[in-house]
Amino acid sequence: MARIRSILTWTIVALAGAFAIGVVALKRGEPINAAWLLVAAFCSYAVAYRFYSKIISAKIFALDANRATPAERLNDGRDFVPTNRWIVFGHHFAAIAGPGPLVGPTLAAQFGYLPGALWIIIGVALGGAVQDCVILCSSLRRDGKTLGAMAKEEIGTVAGYTALVAVIGIMVILIAVLGLVVVNALKSSPWGIVTIGLTIPIALFMGVYLRWLRPHRVLEASAIGLVLLFVALYAGRWVAENPSLAPMFTFDGPSLALMTIGYGFVAAVLPVWLLLAPRDYLSAFVKIGVVGALAIGILVVLPPLQMPAITRFVDGTGPVFAGKLFPFVFITIACGAISGFHALVSSGTTPKLLQLESDARMVGYGAMLMESGVAIMALIAACVLSPGTYFAINAPAGLIGTTAESAAAAVQQWGFTINPADLTELAKNVGESSILSRTGGAPSLAVGMAHLFSRALGGTSAMALWYHFAIMFEALFILTTLDAGTRVGRFMVQDLLKHVWAPLGRVSWYPAVLLTSAMVVGAWGYFLYQGVIDPLGGINSLWPLFGIANQLLATVALCVGTTVIIKMGKARYAFITVLPMTWLTIVTMTAGFTKLFSDDPKLGFLSHAAMVQSKIDAGTLPAGIKTVADAARVVANDRVDAGVAGFFVLSVIVILLASAWEWWAVLAGGKPAVSSEVPFQARAAFAAGD
Amino acid sequence: MSASTSTLPSQPGALARALAVLRRIIGVPDYEVYAEHMRVHHPGCDLLSRDAFLRERMAAKYSRPGSRCC
Repeated sequence: MARIRSILTWTIVALAGAFAIGVVALKRGEPINAAWLLVAAFCSYAVAYRFYSKIISAKIFALDANRATPAERLNDGRDFVPTNRWIVFGHHFAAIAGPGPLVGPTLAAQFGYLPGALWIIIGVALGGAVQDCVILCSSLRRDGKTLGAMAKEEIGTVAGYTALVAVIGIMVILIAVLGLVVVNALKSSPWGIVTIGLTIPIALFMGVYLRWLRPHRVLEASAIGLVLLFVALYAGRWVAENPSLAPMFTFDGPSLALMTIGYGFVAAVLPVWLLLAPRDYLSAFVKIGVVGALAIGILVVLPPLQMPAITRFVDGTGPVFAGKLFPFVFITIACGAISGFHALVSSGTTPKLLQLESDARMVGYGAMLMESGVAIMALIAACVLSPGTYFAINAPAGLIGTTAESAAAAVQQWGFTINPADLTELAKNVGESSILSRTGGAPSLAVGMAHLFSRALGGTSAMALWYHFAIMFEALFILTTLDAGTRVGRFMVQDLLKHVWAPLGRVSWYPAVLLTSAMVVGAWGYFLYQGVIDPLGGINSLWPLFGIANQLLATVALCVGTTVIIKMGKARYAFITVLPMTWLTIVTMTAGFTKLFSDDPKLGFLSHAAMVQSKIDAGTLPAGIKTVADAARVVANDRVDAGVAGFFVLSVIVILLASAWEWWAVLAGGKPAVSSEVPFQARAAFAAGD
Repeated sequence: MSASTSTLPSQPGALARALAVLRRIIGVPDYEVYAEHMRVHHPGCDLLSRDAFLRERMAAKYSRPGSRCC
């Protein structure tokens, strides 16, 4: 009876999902309701979780609730602590869900909602959630080893070091591009800069409060911090409306970039308890709150999607970023579909907390499905805007000019209707002097969210508050990622440099700390600054680099996963990681080679450098560049970007070759298939103390 | 897992538990669990003070990749 009911339920879920996907994919002409997208996504997630993730948990790893986990075997009350699965789920989700799943889908909306939606739904089921779950299970069976350690052990030393250097490279690009998102959101926005600026003293106050005033009252301090965030929101508005104060807090891109760089350096050398930890608590609360609010907002309003299913920009002429649908939609949306960075979390804190092996499916596969849901909601928030508005916000000034009239004219030429008056009106409604060319995704997402929230609550008069609330929330956790990333990068650099000179590895020796922090900040600061002064807005070149880097790390993770599965003697199930790995290899290779060698100067770093150089030689300058020195810098930056892209492509090749060598050795019988798992130990032996 | 094994949650107990869950989700380390672990498994060893424990945990958390993502 129960079996029949189960078959019936799952048939209905599958049919509902298939029907919704059909509507999303095939309906043309009139706007469809966001509800269809939600039904398509959530039914697909349910089916994928119930049936596909079971292959990993039952067939491959045969997860066993009676097998002791590292948390129980190595329980030390610190790193290894057996923890309830819902807490681990929340913790894991909060760790993997950052700005990535919000920004990527927003940018990819330039192709229309359909390509992004399909990639998010299919990519997570067959790729992202598989990667997270397989790496979590692998690490769980190896005392919670990190991805780098597993790459070294399973594939070989070369793969291990390539993975390590790749992680540092990815951090640098990630921080730079996130910094650029913040700079673009705060450019000439006194309201934004005051609100975000105030989050720093708020976090410092919380740090002091937790240290001296009322130690360890984290929730109390967070509650005070949250109230103060709202005060900061109103303080920002007060400054922005004050004609004598507003100009003092109005900054252009380059000064904001320098401020971000300075902030990053100071934050990385201050003690963690003072700034980073309290900011992290705040940002975790705000993150969970806003994701919940976004879900409620979408469910209450159930908005129609104004963006067409597919736009003409699939041909590669898009203003938001250059490049055709294939491969660039798969590079632009990483987090939300598949993100290599998650493999670091899945082999970091999480495997050391799981109490039961069987929880790994819910935490590894399930949390990633939830992040994918966040990406779908971000896509919806971007697509509820009229396409004209979306492109006016996301196209660089080099293409649409700097006035409402020029922007409206340019956007109309692309075939979307928009009036200059609408753009001015919208800017006024959200409390900004202009919303044109605020590239990077955060502002258009904030406009989309403000649009949704104000329809649900407060009306047009509340729109400016909602907009700045959304900007504050995005900037808050971007800056947290920036602090924490810089600090981790510093430790990694120190770990490498100690082989050169031992004292450089000492984490409490201030000269070493200052030097290595400056190196890390200098590295991402370079890319951030070049992005800010780039006439095409920087996102154009940096986001694809970040996407390639992130997918490179996913390729590494899937190579590790495949190797683990083959060595377990489960080669017949290796398709589960081989499938996404093959796809990502095709995607990263195509994108990498396009960014390197395309003849189109909009796409290829080298051809762009050659184009600018030829103009310099001919005594003219390309549009948007004012001096010969600037032009020469653009040429140099292009070559650095090309070098970085080349390095990532080369890393993919190295790791793939090393892995293929290992698989061949095992499958051809030259090497015995020996799993490096820690042998089975029954839980019963460890349960006594708990 | 935690020391409390009371059966029917009274009102303040349930609230306290909910708050403890919230703390763990946002990544505050649990001193009680650590102290209990030390008491049961390493009764002879020195116990870190609450302050020292939290500082040590924070330093560990922010010194390696794997505690957060993009």
